[in-house]
Amino acid sequence: MEDVILEYIRSEYLDEDDEEEVELDANTPLISSGIVDSFSMVSLKRFLEKKYDISIPDADASAEAFDTVASIARLVQRHQGGA
Amino acid sequence: MAYSSAIREIHSLQLAEIRDQGLYKEERYIHSPQSANIRVEYPSGATPKTVVNLCANNYLGLSSHPDVIRAAHDALDRRGYGLSSVRFICGTQDIHRELEAALSRFLGTEDTILFPSCMDANAGVFEAFLGPEDVIISDRLVHASIVDGIRLCKAVTDTYKHANIEHLEQKLEEHQDKRTRLIVTDGVFSMDGDMAPLDGICALADRYDAMVFVDDSHATGFIGKTGRGTHEHFGVLGRIDVITTTLGKALGGAAGGCVSGRKEVIELCRQRARPYLFSNTMAPPLVAGALKVLDILSGSTARRDKLEENTRFWRRGLTEAGFVVKQGESPIVPVMLYNAKLSQDVARDLFDEGIYVIGFFFPVVPQSQARIRTQLSADHDIPQLEKALESFKRVGRKHGILGLDKKGIVEKFGM
Repeated sequence: MEDVILEYIRSEYLDEDDEEEVELDANTPLISSGIVDSFSMVSLKRFLEKKYDISIPDADASAEAFDTVASIARLVQRHQGGA
Repeated sequence: MAYSSAIREIHSLQLAEIRDQGLYKEERYIHSPQSANIRVEYPSGATPKTVVNLCANNYLGLSSHPDVIRAAHDALDRRGYGLSSVRFICGTQDIHRELEAALSRFLGTEDTILFPSCMDANAGVFEAFLGPEDVIISDRLVHASIVDGIRLCKAVTDTYKHANIEHLEQKLEEHQDKRTRLIVTDGVFSMDGDMAPLDGICALADRYDAMVFVDDSHATGFIGKTGRGTHEHFGVLGRIDVITTTLGKALGGAAGGCVSGRKEVIELCRQRARPYLFSNTMAPPLVAGALKVLDILSGSTARRDKLEENTRFWRRGLTEAGFVVKQGESPIVPVMLYNAKLSQDVARDLFDEGIYVIGFFFPVVPQSQARIRTQLSADHDIPQLEKALESFKRVGRKHGILGLDKKGIVEKFGM
């Protein structure tokens, strides 16, 4: 799951020029480092909901929960488990 | 005493941290009016030195124009110094409405509302006409004041990759369920000097039933054949629903900004925009000065034509000398240096040569994108720019960066 989310972040947020320069793994801070802007979290949330067939309440889609691919994966798994 | 020594200590530590990170901004004192040549005291306490100014937003050279100064003087005599009121109590004079009408004519819009600054215009405009049923889709490099304005608004937010039409289209498709879709962009981007592709953006707006918002602060007065702005350049006059712009750059450079566009949006701003409702009105001399500027620009394109000529000369000169220059057509010409320290060193050496520029680095620009942003003015002339170019070459040679591309500079100096 982490690889799928990483791939989404790469294509959605990094330009071709940046890709070789930005090191991105499951623990790279996304929002606090400026790679992902907080205004577009709605798109990221929508992607996760569609891809994993879950519903993430707005209250759970916080900047902290979305700050690394690892924490995003945990959030998704929690909602999959609860479904 | 409420300001205890413990709190003072906390604040001092924060300031020390800013210094340690190399982010502390020093102000330099200028002992002359704004112009192509200014007298700068730097470092603080030094005897002021006359230098060529390549970092002002004085694109049209109108900041100290005698006719503008005379108009401001005249208004000071006829309409006074200040009004001590917000607009809707007793702060609207005949000249405020005249300036709003003149701006609408110049920008080709239905109506205009003045704000104390474009920062205030951007802070107030979004919440005045958008709510939770709506979505704002903004370019990822829009100006900080737009980011703040969007934060104050309850609309859903999303972003698209910088100037990327395909990505914007995906986002518009995604948000077809919203009441209003508002595409938000700068006309000319202040740090890179490139333009938003407004022709493509307007075509998408038609296809996906979206409104278009443009902050044209770095374009109004000189971009486009008659200087109306980025919308004129791309042939989409009348198709931008909301334009915000400033009187603090090309249009005289004193202060003030505006929202211009669909008349209902302007009326909603007049009723609801908090920075408008709760700020003092623009001072009469500034209003009259801006009216004179629009009068000058409506009568002749000589200034924007000269700026265009200066820009072409400067872009070609720097590129041929072997600097890495961000491509574009605007008078914002960034010289890329990538390394923050190098940008500071080059700026300091240029000052010694009599050229005033500033090095920009993170967080003003992205990490590893340090640069010197040069800005042209219609007040410059070609012999002056030729001399400035020689200075750039000397400093470039000293640091051994002429002819190096990004990879070469990064190899030599690091990121």
